[in-house]
Amino acid sequence: MSLRYKVGIVGAAESTELGTLPDQSQTQLHVDSAVNAMKDAGIDKTQIDGIASTLNPSILANYFGIVPKWVDNTSLGGTSFLIHVRHAAAAIASGLATTVLITHGESGRSRVGVAGGRGSQRDNSYPGQFESIYGVFGPTTQFGMGVLRYLKETGTTMEQLASVAVAQRKWSNKVPRAKFGDLITTDDVFESRMICYPFNLLMCCLVTDGGGALILTSADRVGDFKTNPCYIMGTGESVETSIVSQMYDMTSSAAFRTASSSAFAEAKVSHDDIDHLMIYDAFAHLPIYGLEDLGFVGRGEAGAFIEAGNTSPGGKLPMNTNGGGLSYTHTGMYGMFAIQEAVRQIRGEAAHQVDGVKTSFVQGVGGMFMAAGSLIFTNEPPHD
Amino acid sequence: MTEQEYRKPIPEPVPETQFYWDKVREHELWIQKCNECSHVFFYPRLHCPQCTSDNVEPMQASGKGSLYTYMINQRPPPGWEADAPYAIAIIQLEEGPRMMSNIVGIENTPENLVLDMPLEVVFDDVLPDVTIPKWKPA
Repeated sequence: MSLRYKVGIVGAAESTELGTLPDQSQTQLHVDSAVNAMKDAGIDKTQIDGIASTLNPSILANYFGIVPKWVDNTSLGGTSFLIHVRHAAAAIASGLATTVLITHGESGRSRVGVAGGRGSQRDNSYPGQFESIYGVFGPTTQFGMGVLRYLKETGTTMEQLASVAVAQRKWSNKVPRAKFGDLITTDDVFESRMICYPFNLLMCCLVTDGGGALILTSADRVGDFKTNPCYIMGTGESVETSIVSQMYDMTSSAAFRTASSSAFAEAKVSHDDIDHLMIYDAFAHLPIYGLEDLGFVGRGEAGAFIEAGNTSPGGKLPMNTNGGGLSYTHTGMYGMFAIQEAVRQIRGEAAHQVDGVKTSFVQGVGGMFMAAGSLIFTNEPPHD
Repeated sequence: MTEQEYRKPIPEPVPETQFYWDKVREHELWIQKCNECSHVFFYPRLHCPQCTSDNVEPMQASGKGSLYTYMINQRPPPGWEADAPYAIAIIQLEEGPRMMSNIVGIENTPENLVLDMPLEVVFDDVLPDVTIPKWKPA
């Protein structure tokens, strides 16, 4: 398969004006161009399901009220847009998206709304105008912003939130590379230092150093390699917002729901087929949001599900079997480690191996529910 | 206080958010509404996030809202030492949109900050040319 004759350009427009534009921010130049392209194509935003830009696509997505199922943020200087076209063409040809918006906008001369402002203290970005000024300082002060609302709306208890950390130590207890493997109780969680209410230290991920890498190839070559097979069955991606205060519903991640639905549809598996699960746990509430947004349990049921041991060793849905970001390692962008543990479980080589794993689901998050990625792996040979 | 002494972040408007910050400076909270689909929204944009129309106009908000959710930060960043512990809150405006802010006029503790409690906006002139909207119990 090549991309030859698979894809066409149906909308194309520049910004309304070019030249010296001191009244337009860089973001608005992207937006203005996008609106002009939509008009040229004769479509409205509801038909756009993919966004590529050097600007964080979650900014464009949230501005237009779109939750896309394909995104690209490749930023390689002035040729980025040609690469976006190539990536978008591959996505459309593979069925990952149908109608992709690609934008450029640059206040190259007037520098309006460009990072770096008049001084480092003055910030004209969305976080700078609407969040940083309120004392936001890192993920610990933002990521859990919706938790108190989630607890109130669902009746989930603080003990159930704490039980996420307790459950994951039962896995890391047998993982030599995990930073922390001691078993803990919910009392231990509540007695740990308060970081940013309602998060105690043991509800927060580690901060460590490390890395990981993957090598991929086509399924027909998998048998040529000495490693145990790990096939990709399903994939998904999405973005929601660049600032946490603008999540559509702070008790649920739109990006989780969109990315995971794409992965399940592509893989043609059901939730019952999943026998291993990794949900990126930057904080204790992520596995809770994840279990519900991915559809493994109903609304408000995740806390009790974890507390009852269903995701612990011996449970019916083993989750975060390396101990997760809470106990294994967390460099800042932990998603690679979630993938690595899933690959090990699929290969049968994990430190705390679950018996008989055939199909694993990996859910990643980026930023403060800004973005999400989903992957489904299997060791079963290709079949319909 | 001078800018040298004020160590907290300072918001810098861009053209499409200038009206919001100008009104905040006058101690008024202004959001926007769409004349095509009646959607009311915040943060400031030149297009409606519901229907993409550019037929949008500023409207003054009532300044009333409620506490949607919050966190209480125990580990202040530089410039915030005197405020700690302080809540970072999400306010549900009466008109529908949500915004982040701080809660003043009451000690920021879990016992005092009750979800859905009514709030009203106040304006903090933090510098000669910078005002930041905050919220107090109504």
